Amino acid sequence: MGRILEIKNLSTHFETEHGVIKAVDDVEIVVDGGDTLGIVGESGCGKTVLALSIMRLVPSPPGRIVSGSIVFNGVDLLRLDNAEMRKVRGKDISMIFQEPMTSLNPVLRIGDQIAEAITLHQGLAASEAMNSAIETLHLVGMPSPETVVRSYPHQLSGGMRQRAMIAMAVSCKPRLMLADEPTTALDVTIQAQIIDLMNRLKEDVGTSIILITHDLGVIAEAAQYVAVMYTGGIVEYSSAENLFSAPLHPYTVGLMESIPKMSASRGQNVYLKVIPGGVPPLYNLPEGCSFQDRCSHVMKICRVEEPLLKEKNPGHKVHCWLYD
Amino acid sequence: MINMKTVLVDIQGLKKYFPVHAGFLSERRSEVKAVDGVSLSILKGETLGLVGESGCGKSTLGRLIMRLEEPTAGQIFFEGENIFAYSGRALKEYRKKVQIIFQDPYSSLNPRRSAGSTIGEPLLVHKTTNGRNREEAVWRIMDLVGLTREQAGRYPHEFSGGQRQRIGIARAVVLAPQLIIADEPVSALDVSIQAQILNLLKDLQKEFELTYLFITHDLSVVRHMSDRIAVMYFGRIVELAKNEELYNNPLHPYTRALLSAVPNTDPGKKRQRIILRGELPNPVNPPGGCPFHPRCSFRMDICDKAEPKLNDRGEGHFAACHMEDKKKGTGYFIE
Repeated sequence: MGRILEIKNLSTHFETEHGVIKAVDDVEIVVDGGDTLGIVGESGCGKTVLALSIMRLVPSPPGRIVSGSIVFNGVDLLRLDNAEMRKVRGKDISMIFQEPMTSLNPVLRIGDQIAEAITLHQGLAASEAMNSAIETLHLVGMPSPETVVRSYPHQLSGGMRQRAMIAMAVSCKPRLMLADEPTTALDVTIQAQIIDLMNRLKEDVGTSIILITHDLGVIAEAAQYVAVMYTGGIVEYSSAENLFSAPLHPYTVGLMESIPKMSASRGQNVYLKVIPGGVPPLYNLPEGCSFQDRCSHVMKICRVEEPLLKEKNPGHKVHCWLYD
Repeated sequence: MINMKTVLVDIQGLKKYFPVHAGFLSERRSEVKAVDGVSLSILKGETLGLVGESGCGKSTLGRLIMRLEEPTAGQIFFEGENIFAYSGRALKEYRKKVQIIFQDPYSSLNPRRSAGSTIGEPLLVHKTTNGRNREEAVWRIMDLVGLTREQAGRYPHEFSGGQRQRIGIARAVVLAPQLIIADEPVSALDVSIQAQILNLLKDLQKEFELTYLFITHDLSVVRHMSDRIAVMYFGRIVELAKNEELYNNPLHPYTRALLSAVPNTDPGKKRQRIILRGELPNPVNPPGGCPFHPRCSFRMDICDKAEPKLNDRGEGHFAACHMEDKKKGTGYFIE
């Protein structure tokens, strides 16, 4: 299947009292049909703003997409007017949000919320749309969908709400689904169900997925390609296989080492390797590479000039002077 | 050896039921059984991991040990004394020995208090030091947890999440307690910060000879931190074993499913996943028999009729499961 999404030089900035924050800084990604691209990074790295930029939902002001192109299915989304963009949202590109409680409307029944997108985008009558909503709930493995369509969000558990959100996102069989931390608020056994469901839907509906998470484990289970983000930029980009077997960027290596392993032996004397310090504030980034103060391989050039995201091995790109 | 160690906390048949109203006008009342018959000991100097999913009662158990809740039934003995018999001065003495670290470093600090004042407050309350000494005690602890003296005058909003958690930890250890209840201490933190805090907790354990009850839903964190691990489901301990033993030889079907559900980052090492059907049962209307039977793929006839006991399966490995009883001829399967 062909190319679904191609983002080039995308920058999204926010005007704040501290000055301009480059939440997304010159980002390039591609997603091919039927693939899952994982975007991984810690809080404040810009992964959610990247997703909101693709949906063109960046709150403005203070946010603004200052440059770049987001070519979806051959069309640059940044050149569409608002009416055209509304036809894309929820139909061709849909989004699953992190908090299933706050992103569902508490005063509308689940069925009405799912049927809304169906009536809007497919022009079905109310009763047909409701049947389609029930069908979609079946698809996402919701127990007794006929009852659930008449329920309000507070009557459902966290896992069921997330299934309802996913049902809403897949109801119009989108080409691309953006999932922003879809399992973070859930327990592990429910998380396993949801990851399983998303992998299955990708096969059944043929949707490509951008999966945003801070959890490298979730990425390993669900993504074919991975972009690692740090302070608004992509620092490493590769197939999931290569990233986990041979990570290149010191930040990626550090992240993987700082996760406690299920298999490793432990005890009161076993310590984790850590990345020292914390993420620098985005309004006060140092000259050169933004990871310099936490990096154990820091060189002179790192404090002077920012490296470029370059291909080190075929299909494996890294943003680091070590490999130049 | 575990048997050689002294028992610090001994929990016996502990229950905590919370009343719920069926409707806001209804007279009918029912109960949520948050902790339902837990017996467990915490040994001096160990880290006991307590894992379970949300709503399983693990935090309530922690709060009962802190004596922030009064039990419906059962007892907790701390160094042989019943903590629910404490009052007045004895209770205050107990509070000095047991401290808690909370999950959320944002909401568990008073925004109008400087870091130094927050950390020094327990010393003030318990009148263990005065004036100048107190300031020095605060500085010494701040140094131990990786904060600087200059930061004593700063307020919570001036710190990052990881630093705030260090303040919360400093407040918990400043009285040199014996037991610390760590209730999801790293769940709100980013991965790279989480590792720093876990290492700090290990350092402090050595420094102060602390005992930890480490409450978490994260199975890789508990694997890294604990000597023994208790698995909680629906208000009950369903399995208890030494760390290595639990991960290599889990007996309870719930523990097995839980372990297999953890996403794995080891490439080329795909495990057989056990995907549990359904969700935690409704706590107001619990299933009869074993609380896990509606989700269990090995259920037998007896499972919805009788609740299995937490029986010893050898070498300090306990599991509450009829399947194990059947294999060994114990519990309801005694000839």
